[in-house]
Amino acid sequence: MRMRAWSRWTIAVASALLLVLYVTPLWRIQLYAPQYPEGLGLRIWVDGITGAKPNDLNSINGLNHYIGMHAIEPGDFPELRLMPWLLAGFIGAGLLVALVGKRGPLYAWLQLILLAGVAGLVDFYRWGYAYGHELDEHAAIKVPGMSYQPPVIGSKQLLNFHASSWPDIGAWVACLVLAVGLAIALFEWRRAHRAAGDAAASLSRPMVGVVV
Amino acid sequence: MSRPTIRETLVALVGLGCTAIVAACSGAGASRVGATGDAAEKVYVAPGKYDEFYAFFSGGFDGQVGVYGLPSGRLLKHVPVFSQNSENGWGYSEQTKPMLATSYGFVPWDDAHHPQLSQTRGVPDGRWLFINGNNTPRIARLDLTRFETEEILEIPNSAGNHSSPFVTENNEYVVAGTRFSVPVPQRDVSIENYKQDFSGVLSYIRVDSATGHMAIAFQIRLPGFDYDLSHSGKGPSHGWSFFTSYNSEEGNSKLEVSASQNDKDYIAAINWKTAEQCVAQKKAVTEPARYAHNLMGEDGVARTEWGSSVQMLTPKACPGMVYYLPTPKSPHGVDVDPTGEFIVAGGKLATVIPVHSFSKMQKAIADHAFTGEVHGIPVLKYEATMAGEVQNPGLGPLHTEFDGRGNAYTSMFLSSEIVKWSLKDFKVLDRAPTYYSVGHLMIPGGDSRKPWGKYALALNKITKDRYLPTGPELTQSAQLYDISGDRMKLLLDFPTIGEPHYAQALPAAMLRDRQLKMYSLKDNKDPYAVKTEMKTRVERTGKVVHVLMTSVRSHFMPDKIEGIQLGDTVYFHLTNLEQDWDVPHGFAITGANNAELLMMPGQTRTIMWVPQRIGVFPFYCTDFCSALHQEMQGYVRVSPRGSKVELLWNSPTHKSWKVAALQSTTPGHETVARGGR
Repeated sequence: MRMRAWSRWTIAVASALLLVLYVTPLWRIQLYAPQYPEGLGLRIWVDGITGAKPNDLNSINGLNHYIGMHAIEPGDFPELRLMPWLLAGFIGAGLLVALVGKRGPLYAWLQLILLAGVAGLVDFYRWGYAYGHELDEHAAIKVPGMSYQPPVIGSKQLLNFHASSWPDIGAWVACLVLAVGLAIALFEWRRAHRAAGDAAASLSRPMVGVVV
Repeated sequence: MSRPTIRETLVALVGLGCTAIVAACSGAGASRVGATGDAAEKVYVAPGKYDEFYAFFSGGFDGQVGVYGLPSGRLLKHVPVFSQNSENGWGYSEQTKPMLATSYGFVPWDDAHHPQLSQTRGVPDGRWLFINGNNTPRIARLDLTRFETEEILEIPNSAGNHSSPFVTENNEYVVAGTRFSVPVPQRDVSIENYKQDFSGVLSYIRVDSATGHMAIAFQIRLPGFDYDLSHSGKGPSHGWSFFTSYNSEEGNSKLEVSASQNDKDYIAAINWKTAEQCVAQKKAVTEPARYAHNLMGEDGVARTEWGSSVQMLTPKACPGMVYYLPTPKSPHGVDVDPTGEFIVAGGKLATVIPVHSFSKMQKAIADHAFTGEVHGIPVLKYEATMAGEVQNPGLGPLHTEFDGRGNAYTSMFLSSEIVKWSLKDFKVLDRAPTYYSVGHLMIPGGDSRKPWGKYALALNKITKDRYLPTGPELTQSAQLYDISGDRMKLLLDFPTIGEPHYAQALPAAMLRDRQLKMYSLKDNKDPYAVKTEMKTRVERTGKVVHVLMTSVRSHFMPDKIEGIQLGDTVYFHLTNLEQDWDVPHGFAITGANNAELLMMPGQTRTIMWVPQRIGVFPFYCTDFCSALHQEMQGYVRVSPRGSKVELLWNSPTHKSWKVAALQSTTPGHETVARGGR
C-alpha cells in the first residue's frame, strides 16, 4: 500500500530541509572564564570545526597548550570529510523514499538517520575523551587526576573555564526532520493497520507489518 | 603644617577669587559649592557599566591626549602623540620614530593644546581627532578606531602653533595660526626690526575626506601680531575662519605691558573661499619651505616625506580675504555659536564679553563700514559688527561654549567661574565657581552645530587644595557641571594629568562599537614581521643583526641567541602572534638606552639595542600576559669583537639548535571564510 500523497510530500520537504545542515553548525561548545567574559567558542559543522569568532580556535589551542592538549586542527577529523557525502546520501534517500512512497524504505531511512546520529555522538565522545586525556607529559599545568574532556551535552567546570556543549541549529534541524519522519511513519503504520484490519474483516487475509 | 595651607588658601581666595566668593555667597548658594544631593548618583557609573561620553583632553606640556569617560571622570587611555612614551615604545621603536621627525630634527616632545574632533555638516563625526603641537609647530591626527596617532604634519613659517587646529564644517580644512610672529622666511635680523620684518602666518591644511591625510593647501601672511585662538564659521558663516590676535601694538619685549596698551585688538575674519579662489587664480606665491610630513603606513611603519614649498597669499594679492574686527583688550578665545551667527570673543582683560554678528559683519563689509586699514587690511567699525556686549560677566573671560538651547557659557579665569548667559539678550543667567582659575571649558559638541548640552567641564589652571597634597607639583583639576537645568550644578571634581587646555567630547555610542580589538596577523605587512614560529630567525649583515622574533603566551621564539658581538647593533623585531583580545606582550632587555616595547596582538614592533659589555643578558615580557608570564624570558650572549662564537638561535627550523614549535597552530590562518558565519 502506497503512502498518502501529503505524507510523501512532507518526507520530501523534510529531506530537503536537511540541506540546512550544510550552512549551519551542528554543535556548539562555549567556554567562559573570568578573563574571557566574552567567551570563546567552537562550532562543529558537517564538514569541519571552526572558532565561533574568527580567532577563537587559535585562542583555544593557545590556552590548551598549557595543559598539554593536542591542538585542534580542522583537518584532523576524517569523519568530517565523509559527513557531507553521507548527508547528501540521506537527502537523496529521503527524496527516493518520497518518490517510491512505500513504508519499508521510510522505516529504513529513519533507522539509518538515528544510527548516524548515535554514531556521531559516540564519535564526538571519543574525540573529546582523546583530547581531554591524551595530554603532553611536559605540560606547564599538570593537575593530578585532572582530565579536560568536554561534556558531550551539558556543562562542566574545567579549571578556570566553564565549558558547555549543546546542539546547534544543524542538530536541531536534524532532530526535527527525524521527528517529522517518525510522525509520518507512525501515521502511515496506523493507517496501514486500519486498512489491513478492514481488509482482514472483509477478506480474512493476514497482514505483516514492520515496526520501528 | 595645616596653618600655611589655610593661609595659602586664603591668599589665593582673596587674590584671585573675590568675585567667586561674592558669587558663592550671594547668588550661587553655598549648597552648590562641592557636590551635594544627587550629584554622586549622577556621576556614578556602576562597575562594568560604561560612561556616556568619550572626552579627549589635550595633555598640554605632556604632549599627549588623555581620554576620559564622562560623567565618571575615569581615565580610559593616555594616547602618545608628540612625546616619546617609554611605556609602549612610541617614538622609540623603529616603526614610530619617524612620527617625531621635524625640519629641526627629531623633536620627541611638544606642548599640545587643542583637540578637535573631525566634523561632518558641522557635527563631530567620530572619525579623527586633530591636535596641535604648539612649540615645534605640528598638527597630529589620531584615528578613533584605534586611539593611535596616525599622522603628524609640521607647519612651516609658524612659530607657536597655538590658534590650531580648528576644523571647518566638513573637515575641508584644519586651520592653524601662529601665536608668535617671526621673520618669514626665517633670517638673521635684529629683534628690533620686528615691525618691518616679522609676520604672522595662518595655514590652511586640506584633509582628504576618505583617508584623513593632511596637506598644506595655502598660507596667509598677516601683520606681525600674535594670533591666539580660532574657530571656524558654521552654517551661514561656513567659509570663514576667525582668529583672535593680541599685540596689535607689535611689541617685541615685555609683552605683558607693551601688548596691553591698545584698547582694542583684532579678530581676523578670513574668507577662505575667497582665498581658495585667489589660489586658483594663481595669486599665491610659491615660497620655499621645508617641513616634515609623517604618516603611519598601512604596514604599521611610519615614514617621513619632506615638503619643499608652500603657496603663500597676502591680503594685498587677495582683496576681500581678510577683515579685522576690533575686539576689546587682547582677546583670547573666539567661539562661534551653533547657529553660526554669533562670534564671541574672550577679551581676557575686558570688562564685557563682546559678541559680533556675522550677518552684521557681512553688511558692514558690503557697506564699507571701515574705520581705516592696518597694514592694508580693512578694519570694520566695532559698532557695525556688534550684536551686543555681555555686561558685568565677571573677570578675565577666556572661552565660550554653547548648549544648543540658546545659552552660552564663558570661562572666567580671574574670577574663577563659569558664567552662563543668554544669546537672546546677552544677559547673565547663572554663575558657578571653579576650583581654580578655569582656562578652557568644554560642553560635548559645544563648539559644533549640535551640542549635546548635558554637561559642562571646567579645565582649571590651578589646583592647590582640591586633592590630597602631593608635594610641590600637583595634577591639574577638572570639574564637571550638570547644565541640563536652569542652574549649573557641580557634580564632580577630578584630577587630570598633563595640563589639559581644551577638550572635546562626543557620545560613547559613536565610537564604542567601532573599536579595533587587535591587528590582523594575517594582514601584518611589516617588512620584519614573522607570522609563525617556523619563520623566526637571526640574520647578520656586517655589524647589524636582525632578530625576527615572535611572542605568544608564554614564550619568545627564539629565546636563546648567541654570536652577538660587541660593536654590533641589534634590531629586535617582535611580532605578537596572539589573535586574542587584550593580550599584548612586552619586550625589555638589559641596558636598553631607549625603551621597552609593547606589541598589540598581531602587531610587529622593533627596538634597537647596542650591547655595551660582554656577557649574557636577559630579556623578558613586560606586560603581564598570562599565568606563566614570569617564565616569558630569554638570553642573549654578547661576545668580544671577532669572537669565533657562531651565530646561533633556537627555533623550530634552525639546523643546530632545533626546538619544537610551541605555537599550537598557525594563527590567523584559520578557515573562517565560509558562507553564513
